[in-house]
Amino acid sequence: MTDQGLTPPQTVPALSATSLNKTFTVRENGLGKPARYVHAVSDFSFDLPVGSTLGIVGESGCGKSTTARLLMHLVKPDSGQIRLSGEPVSRAKRDLKQFRRKVQMVFQDSSASLNPRLTIEQSITFAPMVHGVSLRAARETAWRLLDRVGLDPARFTGRYPHELSGGQRQRVNIARALALNPRVVIFDEAVSALDKSVEAQVLNLLNELKAEFGLSYIFISHDLNVVRYISDHVLVMYLGQVVEQGPVDQVYATPRHPYTRALLASMPSPDPEQRTMAAPITGDPPSPIDLPPGCRFAPRCAFAESICDTMPYELRHGETRVRCHMADPKLGHSKAEVIQ
Amino acid sequence: MTVSENALSAQPTRSQGYWSNVWRKLLRDRVSVACMIVLAVIILSAIFAPLLTSYDPAIGSVVQRLKPPLTDGYILGTDELGRDMLTRLLYGGRMSLIMGILPVLLALLIGGTLGTVAGFVGGWTNTIIMRATDVVFAFPSILLAVAIAGALGSGLLNALIALTVVLIPPMVRVTESATTQVRSLDFVEAARASGAGGLTIIRVHILGNILAPIVVYATSLLSVAIIMSAGLSFIGLGTKPPTPEWGLMLNTLRSAIYSQPLIAALPGVFIFAVSLSFNLLSDGLRSAMDMS
Amino acid sequence: MLGYILKRLLYAVPVTLAVSIICFSLVQLAPGDPLTVVLPADASQEIVDQTRARYGLDKPLPTQYLLWLSNVLQGDLGTSIASGRSVSSEIGHAIGYTLSVAVLACLLALVAGLALGLVAGYTMGSPMDKIASATAISGVSVPHYWLGIVLVVFFSVKLGWFPAMGAGRSGQSLGDALSFMILPVLTMAAMPAGIITRSVRALVAEKLGQEFVTALRAKGMTSPHIFAHVVKNAAPTALAVIGVQMGYLMAGSILVETVFAWPGTGLLLNNAILTRDIPLLQGTILVLALIFVALNLIVDILQPLFDPRIQRA
Repeated sequence: MTDQGLTPPQTVPALSATSLNKTFTVRENGLGKPARYVHAVSDFSFDLPVGSTLGIVGESGCGKSTTARLLMHLVKPDSGQIRLSGEPVSRAKRDLKQFRRKVQMVFQDSSASLNPRLTIEQSITFAPMVHGVSLRAARETAWRLLDRVGLDPARFTGRYPHELSGGQRQRVNIARALALNPRVVIFDEAVSALDKSVEAQVLNLLNELKAEFGLSYIFISHDLNVVRYISDHVLVMYLGQVVEQGPVDQVYATPRHPYTRALLASMPSPDPEQRTMAAPITGDPPSPIDLPPGCRFAPRCAFAESICDTMPYELRHGETRVRCHMADPKLGHSKAEVIQ
Repeated sequence: MTVSENALSAQPTRSQGYWSNVWRKLLRDRVSVACMIVLAVIILSAIFAPLLTSYDPAIGSVVQRLKPPLTDGYILGTDELGRDMLTRLLYGGRMSLIMGILPVLLALLIGGTLGTVAGFVGGWTNTIIMRATDVVFAFPSILLAVAIAGALGSGLLNALIALTVVLIPPMVRVTESATTQVRSLDFVEAARASGAGGLTIIRVHILGNILAPIVVYATSLLSVAIIMSAGLSFIGLGTKPPTPEWGLMLNTLRSAIYSQPLIAALPGVFIFAVSLSFNLLSDGLRSAMDMS
Repeated sequence: MLGYILKRLLYAVPVTLAVSIICFSLVQLAPGDPLTVVLPADASQEIVDQTRARYGLDKPLPTQYLLWLSNVLQGDLGTSIASGRSVSSEIGHAIGYTLSVAVLACLLALVAGLALGLVAGYTMGSPMDKIASATAISGVSVPHYWLGIVLVVFFSVKLGWFPAMGAGRSGQSLGDALSFMILPVLTMAAMPAGIITRSVRALVAEKLGQEFVTALRAKGMTSPHIFAHVVKNAAPTALAVIGVQMGYLMAGSILVETVFAWPGTGLLLNNAILTRDIPLLQGTILVLALIFVALNLIVDILQPLFDPRIQRA
């Protein structure tokens, strides 16, 4: 587990999802109007190899947070399956409780994710005590973890969240997530609200913790630089769908999907060599309520053709997967070679 | 990486919890302190009434009827049956305070539970509970209390039932909206994500965070309940003579309005003082709790 | 807008039905056989049988309710045990008295509340504000039945300006009639005046802090104009409060009318309670509750008209 390079590819992934779907019903005010649906997550699949970090990027409203909540079983998927170390997770109460020991989450808003009426120690010991750990053992864990995330336990255990800075609170949230000794931690925009310098410290801490505790990460962010820094694999979401996924270096160097290229083009990069030739994205992302029947990106895509009125499949190219008609010349898109 | 025993037993930097902060702020507000003193004096003197007066609240002397204050050892005079006013006011506080406070506590318990469940569970449970409270809101509270107590007939238990029924719906509404707000916060999600059950989440994460608005509201309801319960007695639906109770005393003393107007109005001063104090205290609590 | 009104009207239907069900069940709530509850103790067997048939008292409760409801819809609220007269005619006599006092009290509360609220809001933090706010919270906290007694002590007993009780006799001059109303009106106005003062004060403070007032000042608008703007914004709030308070006043009249022996619905209720006249109690409660529902409905419908900023879907 220490040397990831030697891990054979057929090893069971820490966490995987197959064809997850989630649709929310929007109830209109008026009587008798038909209900409308928000396609939050559609046909969503991924594997998270043990010891690796999967970055999930996309604009706000693309379904990143719903994905996190689906993976945490906070929201019930309409269909699809989630496997933990190869074992399917049922929604039975006992299964779920065991699952929750193994998969934890750190939220974006460091202040909203800590109960303002509990001390730091109480917040961290809560989860272990739910799982039957004694107060004494839970406190010991809390002290050890606080110390590990860089907060002096003697100074911080008795404090309340509002007395801490954003960065300190997020360190507490990380300690809280680790208190159950999980295998997988999901970070939902967990560093987005922090200052750049604090962000860098926290990212380094996350990398250290990953190696130390043998963790696997899912790292959701809109910040492409951060995702590149921390991830091994990256997954690009657009309107609830995966449009491209693959090893982070490969995707950043040779993005195949026009949306990925547009995202990367808009990314402030210190290195001009990294910039790709791409048309900038035009217009707002369409509402997830009224989705085009074909490719969901087509209305904003500079290369859209008539073929794009049909839904493209996920096409595998070595380690990367792309959902675009241009990814395969056989599909008949006139600009198919542009990508190659 | 294990922490030494020393470190564990060392007292960590204790900081001010939310409630001790509220308390300190409240103590800095002169109006709130004054209200708490007034309430404490009235409540304590009702509890310790037998120590403060040697008269019997139920026994009077016909020759001593309606004496003005400060005569013949009657500090506040006597009532229409020659009973010592001060004694009756002290003892009367017992019934008035119990009948004002108990319904609020019961409504807090019942309405608070219903509201928390409605807010936390949501969905159909919420719809059913909230629509049911809407029905009671279709009545002005005093009218419904009079209707229920009037139909059940006079008596303490009936008045208690009537007042509680009337006070439950507003309690449900306040609790439900507070719970719904807290429920959507990330720390509740995080608690769910760590495998905690609904009851544990409500106990540890919801209750502490909805308590502040509920306490403010319940305090203002105390003001309403004191006026309403004394009002029910005033129209003969609560306490029965000869038990002393402020509302009932106001009613029976109406015959003295021309001969001893001061005495006739006296019991109302206490109802007013208690009601005003609870209202001002509710305002004080609201601003003391209004902190980040 | 029309859709909103329709929706609001539609919503009032189940509420009204629920109110009627609660009023119907008051008879069931009363201890004893419903028949003995709605009839005088010395009723003849003939009347007993008649009543049993008319209310379907031998039939299941839902049937009884529907029979009762159809009677109510035809204006038949039953017969008062104490007076033997129909409940609807008793209420018909009394409601005018209650309504006139409630309307006058609302007008007084509206004027006093707006004035006090504007003064307090404009002079936030000053001694003027403190006095106005103290008056307001006293108005909200005062047991109004006691306030009535205090007013009688001062104005009737000590000063002898106004009569202490009753409504006078028929055929009296308007001035005489009004003199009987002054104390009940003053008493009833205290609570809504306090509530309006508090909400107007908060609103004025908020409006004065808002940017459009700052913008008006920047444009060189003089304070009377700003004042007009603030009043325009405060008026809908005050009206909404008074609409709901009107219903509370009519319902709460039972206590005040008892103090002043004012012959309205409140005194009717009081007599019903003293004589355990359940049909009279039930009918009066029903009418007052329906007025309350109707007033709430009117406020909800009118508010968007007064205040276009409130957008109702």
